[in-house]
Amino acid sequence: MDENIIKIDSVRFHWSKKSSFKIFVPNFEINKGEKVLLLGESGSGKTTLLSLICGFLNPLSGSISINGSTINKLSSKTKDEHRADNIGIIFQQFNLLPYANVIDNIVLPLYFSKVRSANVTNQRESALNLCKQLRLPDDINQYKASSLSVGQQQRVAVARALIGNPSLVIADEPTSSLDTDAQQIFLDLMFEQISNNKSTLLMVSHDRSLAERFDRLIDINEVLTRED
Amino acid sequence: MLLKLSLSSLYARLVTVGMTVIAISFSLMLYMSVEKLRTSAYTSFTDTISQTDLIIGARASSVQLMLYSVFRIGNATNNITWESYLDVVNKEEVDWAVPISLGDSHKGFRVMGTNKDFFARYKYRGGQSINIDKGYLFEDLYDVVLGAGVAEKLGYAIDTPLIVAHGLQSFSEHDDQPFRVSGILEKTGTPVDNTVIVSLAAIEAIHVDWSTGAKIPGQETPIEEIRKMDLTPENITAALIGVKSKLTIFNLQRWINEYPEEAMTAILPGAALQELWRVVGVVENLLLGISIVVIFTTLIGMTAIMFSSLSERRREMAIWRAMGASPRTVVGLLMLEAIFISVLSILLSVILLFFSLSILQPWIDYNYGILVNVEMLSLRDMYVFMTFIFASILVSLLPAIRAYWFSINDGMTIKI
Repeated sequence: MDENIIKIDSVRFHWSKKSSFKIFVPNFEINKGEKVLLLGESGSGKTTLLSLICGFLNPLSGSISINGSTINKLSSKTKDEHRADNIGIIFQQFNLLPYANVIDNIVLPLYFSKVRSANVTNQRESALNLCKQLRLPDDINQYKASSLSVGQQQRVAVARALIGNPSLVIADEPTSSLDTDAQQIFLDLMFEQISNNKSTLLMVSHDRSLAERFDRLIDINEVLTRED
Repeated sequence: MLLKLSLSSLYARLVTVGMTVIAISFSLMLYMSVEKLRTSAYTSFTDTISQTDLIIGARASSVQLMLYSVFRIGNATNNITWESYLDVVNKEEVDWAVPISLGDSHKGFRVMGTNKDFFARYKYRGGQSINIDKGYLFEDLYDVVLGAGVAEKLGYAIDTPLIVAHGLQSFSEHDDQPFRVSGILEKTGTPVDNTVIVSLAAIEAIHVDWSTGAKIPGQETPIEEIRKMDLTPENITAALIGVKSKLTIFNLQRWINEYPEEAMTAILPGAALQELWRVVGVVENLLLGISIVVIFTTLIGMTAIMFSSLSERRREMAIWRAMGASPRTVVGLLMLEAIFISVLSILLSVILLFFSLSILQPWIDYNYGILVNVEMLSLRDMYVFMTFIFASILVSLLPAIRAYWFSINDGMTIKI
């Protein structure tokens, strides 16, 4: 079995022919169970790289393989399913559907993934359990997602990314909207859960001080080159 | 799950969505009430007179003859002589005939002279007869029978005395010969409601001392003498004719139109009503056109609201996509929303329509003599609703396509 959860080979991408923004990723690999911090300033192509990995964008050439399947060869429908099955995503902010309650937000990926919902016997219980482990208040589900604090929202996003045990968690600057204390608490809780789940973590940040928690630190400039 | 989330998304935007629903349902209601009024007006109108085969009068256009003989609008250009009338009545094709004499008024209501046959022969709404509500038909020379509307608006009861005025807007009254209400008719929703009905003889009687539209000065025949006179009219205004066999209608019509002694016109009431409706109906068509434009405008409004909410929902769509929803699902959610808004609007508009109609119906009936049928929705209404839902899906395609484009291109970026 392939030990690489992410394997990118000679990927070229640009938005349009006129666009000056062109990137080339010669080779990028992440092993199963690794916790990797990808460092880069904004505008360095981090988000584009994540979009390629998640299958939102298609490379012009090369191959992207996630958990053993070459996603750029999949139809867009299977690609969406593949994403739902394998990847839990945590955004920088505004992670939750503001009008839905916390449990509905957490179990949302299970609706799109048969694989992940098969891993969960009682969706509500699992969601509440995750909330408890992430130190969210017991009565959390009485609130709409929009009424939670930013720190709480980000923790709910972690619960959503982890429910049904996806093999890969991708976090795009999840702590940038938190203050330093909240950052530490958030990261402690997230790492604890990811370790429990034995998931792989690929987190993007511009904050080098977070590096010590991770197995590996990669600078974005070593991964991709900008072509003009 | 998707439905539940879609509904709570709508609920979260309660004010915007609510205002949209209210706007759409009012425009739908406007359309439906115009449509209801239109069909009801048409039915009321074309059902004004039925089972009369021909209407005869002096030479005039069919619309004009119809207007003054049945709707009591406008004036007859001329009268026809009693002899000509008798010639027509004596034709073997004729089953029955009711003479009508018009020209006088009472407080703005037309006075019609006729005989008792009128009440038996005049039918409306597919064969309904005029029934007497209170009192009896005229027995005495100076008895009048009132239409329901006249009695109601003037507050008259049985035995109320009244004076008939000469002409339609005249200050000279037949005050020497007072009348008395002997009967009041049931409401019919036809011009009969607004008519004061007397006997033909009474019309003759009040004109005994008159010549060519003016009172002969100094001449005043006592009532006792008038009662003894032969009051067979010399002229009548029009007559309703029924034939023995429908097959002979056209022959009889031609015979009357070509009657050599006097210029007469015979019309088919059904055809004349249709012709008249084409004139009156233009206004209704205009209203209908306007309300369709209103619906169209509201649909554009709905699209505009969906577009403006799109930017704030771009984030939301990125979340859906990250969870594994296909762009198609995201678009489907938007369409579902449009369908939900239009279905909700339709329901609200139906409730509003029936609520307002049941309040307004007596008022419309009273003032315009149009009985709006507050009944179940017609098949036509259903078609309109289906078309509206389809149209709302169609217009929601525009924001949906944009959403599709966003959800494909945004990827991991969450636009704020």
